Amino acid sequence: MLPVVFRDAFLEGVRKIDELIEHASIEGDVAKIDASRLNHKEVNDLMRECVLKGAKKLILKNVCGQRYIGTRLHLPEGKKVEIEIYGTPGNDLGAFLDGHRIVLHGNAQDGVGNTMNDGEIVVEGRAGDVVAMAMRGGKIFIRDDVGYRTAIHMKQYMDKIPVLVVGGTSQDFLGEYMAGGMVILLGLTLEKLKHRAYYIGTGMHGGVIYLRGEVEKYQLGKEVGVVDMEEEDWKTLEKHVGEFSSYFGYDADEILAEKFMKLLPLTKRPYGRIYTY
Amino acid sequence: MRRKIPDKEIQACALFGVMDRSGRRFGGDIAITAIKNMKVRGNGLGGGFAVYGIYPEYKNYYALHIMFQNASREAKAEVEDFLQDNFDVVNAEEIPTNPEANVIDPPLFWRYFVAPQKKGEEKKLSDDDYVVKKVMYINTCIEDAFVFSSGKDMGVFKGVGFPEDIADFFMLDELYKGYIWTAHSRFPTNTPGWWGGAHPFCILDWTVVHNGEISSYGTNRRFLEMYGYYCTLFTDTEVIAYAVDLLMRRQRLPIEIVAEIFASPMWDQVDHMDEKKKNLCMALRMVYAPLLINGPFTIVVAHHGEMFGLTDRIRLRPITAGEKGDLLFVSSEEAAIRAVCEPDRVWTPHGGEPVIGRLNSREGELNEV
Amino acid sequence: MKFKTHLLPEFIVKRDEDRCTRCKVCVKQCPFGVHSYDEENDRIISREELCVGCQRCVVYCPENALIVEPYPGGYRPNEYWTGEYIRDIKKQSESGGVILTSTGAQRRLKIYWDHILLNASQVTNPSIDPLREPMELRTFLGRKPDALEIEYEGEDVKIKTELYPNLLIETPILFAGMSYGAISYNAFKSLAMAAKEFGTLFNTGEGGLPREMREEFKDCTIVQCASGRFGVDPEYLNSAAAIEIKIGQGAKPGIGGHLPGEKVSADISATRMIPEGTDALSPAPHHDIYSIEDLSMLIYALKEATNYEKPVCVKIAAVHNVAAIASGIVRAGADIVAIDGFRGGTGATPKIMREHVGIPVELALAAVDQRLREERIRHKCSIIVGGGIRCAADVAKAVALGADAVYIGTAALIALGCTMCQRCHTGKCAWGICTQDPKLSKRLNPKVGAQRLVNLLRGWSLELKDVLGGMGINAIESLRGNRDHLRGVGLEEWELEVLGIKGAGE
Repeated sequence: MLPVVFRDAFLEGVRKIDELIEHASIEGDVAKIDASRLNHKEVNDLMRECVLKGAKKLILKNVCGQRYIGTRLHLPEGKKVEIEIYGTPGNDLGAFLDGHRIVLHGNAQDGVGNTMNDGEIVVEGRAGDVVAMAMRGGKIFIRDDVGYRTAIHMKQYMDKIPVLVVGGTSQDFLGEYMAGGMVILLGLTLEKLKHRAYYIGTGMHGGVIYLRGEVEKYQLGKEVGVVDMEEEDWKTLEKHVGEFSSYFGYDADEILAEKFMKLLPLTKRPYGRIYTY
Repeated sequence: MRRKIPDKEIQACALFGVMDRSGRRFGGDIAITAIKNMKVRGNGLGGGFAVYGIYPEYKNYYALHIMFQNASREAKAEVEDFLQDNFDVVNAEEIPTNPEANVIDPPLFWRYFVAPQKKGEEKKLSDDDYVVKKVMYINTCIEDAFVFSSGKDMGVFKGVGFPEDIADFFMLDELYKGYIWTAHSRFPTNTPGWWGGAHPFCILDWTVVHNGEISSYGTNRRFLEMYGYYCTLFTDTEVIAYAVDLLMRRQRLPIEIVAEIFASPMWDQVDHMDEKKKNLCMALRMVYAPLLINGPFTIVVAHHGEMFGLTDRIRLRPITAGEKGDLLFVSSEEAAIRAVCEPDRVWTPHGGEPVIGRLNSREGELNEV
Repeated sequence: MKFKTHLLPEFIVKRDEDRCTRCKVCVKQCPFGVHSYDEENDRIISREELCVGCQRCVVYCPENALIVEPYPGGYRPNEYWTGEYIRDIKKQSESGGVILTSTGAQRRLKIYWDHILLNASQVTNPSIDPLREPMELRTFLGRKPDALEIEYEGEDVKIKTELYPNLLIETPILFAGMSYGAISYNAFKSLAMAAKEFGTLFNTGEGGLPREMREEFKDCTIVQCASGRFGVDPEYLNSAAAIEIKIGQGAKPGIGGHLPGEKVSADISATRMIPEGTDALSPAPHHDIYSIEDLSMLIYALKEATNYEKPVCVKIAAVHNVAAIASGIVRAGADIVAIDGFRGGTGATPKIMREHVGIPVELALAAVDQRLREERIRHKCSIIVGGGIRCAADVAKAVALGADAVYIGTAALIALGCTMCQRCHTGKCAWGICTQDPKLSKRLNPKVGAQRLVNLLRGWSLELKDVLGGMGINAIESLRGNRDHLRGVGLEEWELEVLGIKGAGE
């Protein structure tokens, strides 16, 4: 048998923090980081270092594929920072995010806000699959489209209600397993307001989805129903769509002039009746 | 004696493909930089590239890339005797490699440009089928020799290492220009350490790179066996490549149809199609269900004049497509595309919907840069 | 439509009317409603068709007046159409559902532990007396570097190699993941207290870790990150000694979990961070893991979230390609691989999954250990196995086959009172273990429970020392992967080959 190599793609060649510090400059409480020659762990090492040195705002330039941006900032003192990103961050942007704010000038990949706890992510572009997976708090705003399985297993508890606003449309399995929280899908990238996604809300047993535009009944999972919009719903939408519009330069009133569909789970117990003891 | 049922290889990875639809040929830096940007999707146990349009001076000859394990001179002599007996060999040379490259235990690499010399009964075979048969012979009957590329005017370069190391080893950025480049970075859990086990997988000028582990492997493999394909590598990629060969090369189905076979729409969706589309989908499902590729996959398939990317029907593996002018990209991650250019457009296709790149003029001459 | 059920009772209750004082303890103890007091006739009536055979009433009857035993009647004996198949078909014909059960697989399949024998020293090297000589069970769990680079600074030796975080436990036995929700708070707490006292670890399962336990138990907790991500936030991840990504479990490989809404009480809802009364659904896969490189992504996401301070374990069910999968897991960056065998238990599973999916852990362990050695990456991870470890001998055999440590779940619950009645999924556990009914769960006092568990760990550890001493070994490390100390009996050639052991006498 030939020699077997073991190479750790993630940790291979990771440099020590004192070698990395030259890629950052801190002025006052703003740190600028040039990520162009940094790998995944190095970017996060450097971000943590800058925050520990007192930075309250991090500006990341030339990001291209680096994962987990913002994940390492679970800080004992609970300090919250703002992160501004230029470029295309890698998967799991803001995974487990703990109250920080991320603004991305560009597109995001898969796993934005994975199991996010609190904070805010604003993406001036589109995002990939499993956006807001298992998200449990905070807000995510995506200007354009999102991929498959958006908001899968999003959940809420007491006053922690996560909110995802997507300006464009979504691909299949939007809100699968959804157990709480709120998804607002605005369809602004569609020419005719007809969403293509199938299996919307399949297995959904909590939370709410607001869809601007239309979907056919057969595009919905069998666990969700369409209910009438009420005064309260419009108020909720005004708030979140207003915020969305202010970030991306839309006219909220114009957006809200269209028809919205409200999707709710038919039961909190979708699978109560398939077992026998 | 123990019954010998080999393990299927389980692996995952990063994919990248780029095509200039005008036929302009370009160097390796785009594919190398892009795949390197997704390093964490691989683990250094395999990397490879397929490049189209690299041997214009020999474009009418099959270019056989052959590796000899343990630098076996015996294998090489035996292969060369075999080639002399069955082909007209117009050129033979060692594939240039960089001894400084960061790779472990590379075999010896040679390439041969050949034209079929068919005799007797074999005259009935098409050139392509003849070449496939002879390649199969070398791969199964000559120990330590392995043909890993056998198309015309194209070549596969692959081995054990991260893809950028393999590119460095074969000096792809310096020596070759092509109008399609596909690249693969591997994260295998079986069969580590064998250069032939890396991807792309190649039959004639068809190459496949693949990400995911298909759960229908046994069904697909046993169906293909009925059509004379015997899987020897026990990889998902091999099965997909044979399925592509069967459906596209032998049965001449276009990718738009093949996509409906590999990633057939859910019955829920078929039920809501118009009659015509519905009948087509039902017929395809009825006839070709054993070639439904179930479980996660993304593939990038190329042959002369065409490159396409496709995912499974519920998109369990990622794909991002991008365009910049005549360039078409397919990639596991968007950042890899952005690492090489600022695209005009990027999008993620729906599961089961192919992203297809074709030469603007299929018969057109390929242009040198 | 209502049917007259065709099912036979499973148990009969024999009551010695002379001994019975009508004290009604049995009536109070039975959560399944078997016993009731008939005032008119001053006697206790037992509805046997409701009895699950948990023996609670028998143990608590002050007069020893009760015997509960399997129903002696039955269908015409048939080796193929056994009573169990007939019963299951009747059950499904009356309900149209999936048969739900709990605990681990009970089918008659070869138990490899029972076909493996341990060695002892005679003459050529001395056995050691464990009562008087040191006998070490302390175990490290985690990734080890290829080599340790050191540097002299004058007299001082400095370690230049950066070490990976490792766990240190006092005996190679840990408590397997059992969630608060699947088991009661008191059972959960008992496990935590025992782990702390004995110097080992307990595992939260996927139901989160109650806040009030975080500070006290942070050094002896493995927190789980499973597909449901219940209660998973940065604080939870950081309040543990290690993190386990649960991919699958032996009792139900390949399917998700489902804590029914009626079990999601206020406390559970707070720990899982979902509203009261909602079904807690755990998806079958992690939806951010559809392949091995995605697993790598989650492993490093968790390392990022905990500043690379904690080992990450990946738990899988023993399935057909387990060796290749384990290799991939190690290459993906996991520090510990946990393998849960075919016999592994659960609080609820479709019977079809429990009885028919997966492979025995003995074979899985042997294959994984061997494979990782062949690939020269065995030191990159530790292996924990679980799924039906019944006694210290099973532990010793597992270690000799190559495990670093074992998980015990069912055995720990039996120590707490479980009698394997297989009704965990009903939520009516008479022993206060698998229930969220406050009246039932208070039957288990965590202090008493912890003491029982500590006693079990102590007993098994002493037995392990006896076995080690007998082999002339005084550190568990020297037994680890030492298959020379194992011999097989009644095994086929292929089985010996997979286990990597000789037959007895060879």
